[in-house]
Amino acid sequence: MTPSFHFSDPKRARELGDAIRILAPPEPFKIVHVCGTHEMAITRNGLRRFLPEPVDLLEGPGCPVCVTPARDIDAAIAIARAGAVVCTFGDMMRVPGSAGSLDDARSDGCRIRTVLSAADAVKIAHETTDEVVFFAVGFETTTPMTAAILLDDPPANFSVLASHKQIPQAMAALLDLPENRIDAFLAPGHVSTIIGTAGYEPWLEERKIPIVVGGFEPLDILYAIALILRQHRDRDPKVANGYPRAVDEAGNPVAQVLIAEVFERADVGWRGIGVIPDSGFQLRSSFCELDALERFSLDLPEPRDEVPGCRCPDVLTARAVPTDCPLFAKTCTPLSPVGPCMVGSEGACSIWFRYGGREAL
Amino acid sequence: MDERITSLHGAGGEVMEQLLASLVLPRFGDEARGRIGLRQLDDGATIDLPAAGELVITTDSHVVKPVFFPGGDIGRLAAAGTLNDLAVMGARPVVLTLAAIIEEGFLVSDLERILDSFAEELAVVGAAVACGDTKVMPPGELDGIALNTTGLGVARRAVSDAEIEVGDHVILSGTIGDHGMALLAAREEFHLETELRSDVAAIWPMIEPALEIGGIRAMKDPTRGGLASALNEMARKANVTLEIDEASIPILDPVRGLSEILGISPLEVANEGKAVLVVEPGASDAILRELRRHPLGGNAELVGRITDEYPGRVILATEVGGRRFLDMPLGDPVPRIC
Repeated sequence: MTPSFHFSDPKRARELGDAIRILAPPEPFKIVHVCGTHEMAITRNGLRRFLPEPVDLLEGPGCPVCVTPARDIDAAIAIARAGAVVCTFGDMMRVPGSAGSLDDARSDGCRIRTVLSAADAVKIAHETTDEVVFFAVGFETTTPMTAAILLDDPPANFSVLASHKQIPQAMAALLDLPENRIDAFLAPGHVSTIIGTAGYEPWLEERKIPIVVGGFEPLDILYAIALILRQHRDRDPKVANGYPRAVDEAGNPVAQVLIAEVFERADVGWRGIGVIPDSGFQLRSSFCELDALERFSLDLPEPRDEVPGCRCPDVLTARAVPTDCPLFAKTCTPLSPVGPCMVGSEGACSIWFRYGGREAL
Repeated sequence: MDERITSLHGAGGEVMEQLLASLVLPRFGDEARGRIGLRQLDDGATIDLPAAGELVITTDSHVVKPVFFPGGDIGRLAAAGTLNDLAVMGARPVVLTLAAIIEEGFLVSDLERILDSFAEELAVVGAAVACGDTKVMPPGELDGIALNTTGLGVARRAVSDAEIEVGDHVILSGTIGDHGMALLAAREEFHLETELRSDVAAIWPMIEPALEIGGIRAMKDPTRGGLASALNEMARKANVTLEIDEASIPILDPVRGLSEILGISPLEVANEGKAVLVVEPGASDAILRELRRHPLGGNAELVGRITDEYPGRVILATEVGGRRFLDMPLGDPVPRIC
């Protein structure tokens, strides 16, 4: 057995489960996480079984392609229709825009390529004289990679349509939504390696709720939940680190500098939530010649984020679980998805469908 | 220069005759299971009727990329695939047919290796090739080679995949995910190096003594769609619940590791030398012992039980102590992107 497998150790899991049961409050307690990888680990390992009745654990806006608003997808499609080669992650292809997806545009003859990284898009740009646009999505984890590419003297026919977003601001925004009483956050381990635990404080410290960074192994997640419940019991809500083997207070300064050199904060739209102040990244004016929005003059229609009947907006804001949606597993499946949460492999609906998370057992 | 397959090899003339005489008959021509066998190169072959029992027939077409993979090749895969379908029906394989569709330009030496592998697997169970066919396609119209095999076997009483009762035990004959993960790792785009080899093998010699014990109610080989698919098919057809204990599913460490890297569950990829057995609880120990006696069954494990909690569904008690449904995979698993 290699060392990583003891993170599923059933004896330790039982002990953490006991701790969680003892620490859990008698009244309903809603924990929200904001990471598709967390949802995957929770569902695949059946971890909700460890939570006593009053404790609820939901995925919020944790899937980067799912929260990409229709307007950004419309822009990518318009750029492709203008003749450029648009490169993006495979997960993005089928996310609905206002009128169709990138996949639909490709069927219409647009040149849209799926890539595994921003570097692959630059490679494509080197091989052609046509305009190549990288449609960049993702949270603080993928933003430094886009920044690094832009700082590395990309070819003249390369530009970026940036739709990068920041998680702490979205967490704060969730707290302000009506009918959304959130008691605690399980914060994402990946993002936290970049921003550190300090990255949450400017946005969430005043909110006085437990925020605990968690890793992705079953025991990591149970441990973080136990820390959350202990903070609640002790009336000591704060930002804490439940994933110290990967995350520290300061985060990754190199990545932070890369981001700051290329991007500045901007108000951006999130599907299901709306515009959140300072929650995204736009290219600094010194990089405007690499901004696809500057390079192409686009005439975009009024964006339409919502699909009739689809409860993705509620799932993305942790106000519903996938099975609350009347379309789930009926007209909406990973093979013919209706809403973005069934498209993105990190979307709650897709994960629940693939890993049997439909009913609590 | 290396000799290659040309369109003449599939044209039915002198060149094809030469191919049969030089490649096929030396490997398969000496065995027959009836009055007229392959060596006669007649329009058909005859097979002697068994004195008792049931005839079992199955067919399968095989394409695989790469054609030669760690632990096997398309020839071994085609033979084992069809032989194993017969084996999990409880049937001793008697004859196979072998039809090859080959792309023009395919190396004759590669074809020889493939036929050698096919012959080796056949020899393991004592089956014969009764008849065959060769077609050649122009370059680009086929990716290398495709094989089709139909198999005929004899069972005392064929074992279905659904005559299951509540209380029965579920046994796996060995480690899960070896074939699928070995193939994924061998695909060049992932740049992965591993010692992992496909489990492709004919399992009849392991199954036959276990059948002799009695008490096997149902069997299935977890090929395409993997263990998840096989278990769900059994649960649906029999309208029972298969409650599986994740920690007891035998999985090799390299399979686990690759599964983590690629984001693909070992339970959803193909196995080519394994069987799922549902057995009467009283016979389960003896059957397990018998399976483990054979080299292919050394890792056999009792992995679950039949209940009626959620008819038609498979429940996975997870290693960490959780519980979830294990559903039918949607399609071929694709590696995680981000």
